[in-house]
Amino acid sequence: MSLTNYLVLAVILFSIGATTALVRRSAIMAFMGVELMLNATNLMLVTFSRLHGNLTGQVLAFFVMVVAAAEVVVGLAIIISIFRTRHSASVDDVNLLKS
Amino acid sequence: MSRPTGLLLALLGTLTSTGTTTTGEAILFWVLAIVMVAAALGMLFARKAVHGALSMVVVMIGLAFLYVAQDAPFLGVVQVVVYTGAVMMLFLFVLMLVGVDASDSLTETLRGQRWLAALGGLGLLIVLVGVVVRAEFGSPKGLTDANADSNPVALARLVFGSYAFALEIVGALLITAAVGALALTHRRRLTPRVTQRERSEARVKAGTAAGKPAPGVYARHNAMDVPALGPDGRPIEASVSRVLRVRGQEADAREYAARIDRVLSGSGSTRRASGAEEPAALQEPPIEAPGETVPGDGPGGDGVKEKS
Repeated sequence: MSLTNYLVLAVILFSIGATTALVRRSAIMAFMGVELMLNATNLMLVTFSRLHGNLTGQVLAFFVMVVAAAEVVVGLAIIISIFRTRHSASVDDVNLLKS
Repeated sequence: MSRPTGLLLALLGTLTSTGTTTTGEAILFWVLAIVMVAAALGMLFARKAVHGALSMVVVMIGLAFLYVAQDAPFLGVVQVVVYTGAVMMLFLFVLMLVGVDASDSLTETLRGQRWLAALGGLGLLIVLVGVVVRAEFGSPKGLTDANADSNPVALARLVFGSYAFALEIVGALLITAAVGALALTHRRRLTPRVTQRERSEARVKAGTAAGKPAPGVYARHNAMDVPALGPDGRPIEASVSRVLRVRGQEADAREYAARIDRVLSGSGSTRRASGAEEPAALQEPPIEAPGETVPGDGPGGDGVKEKS
């Protein structure tokens, strides 16, 4: 088995995540799509790390995980505060900036 | 005879050319790849967000397996702890807060956006697969040298060595994120806090110190949804839990009222004629006459109409 299979799997997951983030109207589901994209990127980084025999890829994947955790915390806090004021978690209902 | 040997040689050739992947890893990869892509598609198409979240957990655990298989055991453990343990639980927590039954609205605010997005995703997939498949990566080197003294140790040397500054920045980012989440979800109390004392005083003031009447206990079905009957035989609406009333799961009060009226009228017309005024005079304020049936206004006929 070639290591390219891992890369193809990562690309498939990335595309599915991107499609989820674009298609779903619920903010939480769109957010989960973003998470899937980050995870797919991590798989790619780990595979490249193995391909090149260099651990820097794994270090980068580790940092991506940490930043993703921070991003999730802030993003979900924003979703909660929007839900409290507008009683909706749909991205369509957040239109206060619309004149 | 020659074809199987040729196939075997080709297989052997691929194995020796990549070198680092074993048959076991290939089996693991294919099983996990199918499961993960199916789960990811499940997340894309799940109608309820909770199902999507669970599919996402499946994908993340599969990724953890693949990390361990790819000489990255530290990242595999971190994946399980951080992603499936913390991030997805946070997601589920917020889902419960927002409402489990919340599902996507199917109204399109931008026309054709759904199809354009699906087309874009497909295009992205084709382009990226094309790039990955056509690129030349050379022979994989493997991480046996880099992981000579265990993967976490080697990673720690890098993280606390050449990437120490990045680690500091990431620490600052995490603290900022935690404080930001606290500030975003903080709510200042606008009304004075209602303690048990205020509640009991309000109950005494309202005259319901002994509590509201309990629901009826007819063991026909869920007895909690059957309203209790007042002294005049009429159902007391307040006895059914407010939650059941809001959900519309309350047993039909009018049905019981009609039945009681039928019983009252059937037990003796003389009693009804003489006692018709009496319950109306004795009627207590918490007992509400149900629906449109005005007490004493031919409720027996109403009940018969409903029955037929």
